[in-house]
Amino acid sequence: MIAAIVAGDSQLFHELIRPYERSVYVMAFSMMKNEADAEDVAQEAFLKAFRNLAGFRADAKFSTWLITIMLNEARNRLRRSSTAKTESLDDTDPETGSVSPAVLVDWREIPSETLERAEVRSLLENAVKALPEIYRQVFLLRDVEGFSVSEAAEALKISEVAVKVRLHRARMMLQKALAPVLKSMTPARRRWFSWS
Amino acid sequence: MVIDCKHVWEHISGFIDGTLDPAVREMVQRHLETCEICSAVLDSTRNILILTADDRVFELPVGFSERLHARLDEAMREEPPEN
Repeated sequence: MIAAIVAGDSQLFHELIRPYERSVYVMAFSMMKNEADAEDVAQEAFLKAFRNLAGFRADAKFSTWLITIMLNEARNRLRRSSTAKTESLDDTDPETGSVSPAVLVDWREIPSETLERAEVRSLLENAVKALPEIYRQVFLLRDVEGFSVSEAAEALKISEVAVKVRLHRARMMLQKALAPVLKSMTPARRRWFSWS
Repeated sequence: MVIDCKHVWEHISGFIDGTLDPAVREMVQRHLETCEICSAVLDSTRNILILTADDRVFELPVGFSERLHARLDEAMREEPPEN
C-alpha cells in the first residue's frame, strides 16, 4: 500500500493510518498534556509521515515510525514553547533503586464496568499523566497501545532491557498511586454476608 | 530457595508478562501461594493494567478523525508525497 501511495495514489493514505490514529494521539496527549496541543501534534505528525512516506524503510514497523515522528514533533514544540512546563525532556533519569508497591492485605477485583464512572476514568488518566515522562511513554506504548517490547524499544530509541525496567517501574508506581484509592472507592458487595 | 516479599515485587512485571526464567517463576509462584500481601500486589497491579488499557480511559476527542482526514485531504491537494 505504501508503494502505491508514493506512486501517486494519495487517498490510500487515509486507509493506511486509520489503525494508528489512537496510538499517535494518546502518545501526543501524554507529551503535551492537553487535548488541543495533542491534536495539533498528532495532525502534524501524520502530515509529516505523508510527506516523507518515500523515506519509510520497509524493515521498520509503520506504527513505530509514526510514533518516532510524533515524539520528535512534540519535543520540538515543547522546546520552542516558552510556556511549556519544565519537565525534563532528556532520558537522563538514573533509573536506579526500586519502586515499592502499596502494601495491601487483600484485593477485591474492580470490574471494568466501574469505568462508567467519570471520576474513576479521570483518576486513572491523571495517575498515568503524573508518571515521569520516560515511564509514561513506555507504559502507554506497551500496556495501553499494545506495542511489543521490541516495538516500544524501536519507537523510543532505547534498548529492550530499558523498556522492561521502565515498564516495571511504571506499573509499580501506578499500583502504589492507584491501589489504595481504588480500594477505598469500591463499596462492599451486598451479596457478601458475614456469618460470624 | 525461598525469596522474600521485596524480591517478589521486583518480578511482578515479569510474572504478569510470563517472561520470567522458569526457576524464578517457580519461586515467585510458591511465595504467592502463601503470601497474602504479594498476592494482593499482583492482583491489584493486574487489575489496574486491565482498567488503564480500556479504551474508555484514553479516548480520542470527538471529531478528531474527521478533522485529521480533512487536513490530510487539504495537504494532498496541495502537495503529493515526495518521490
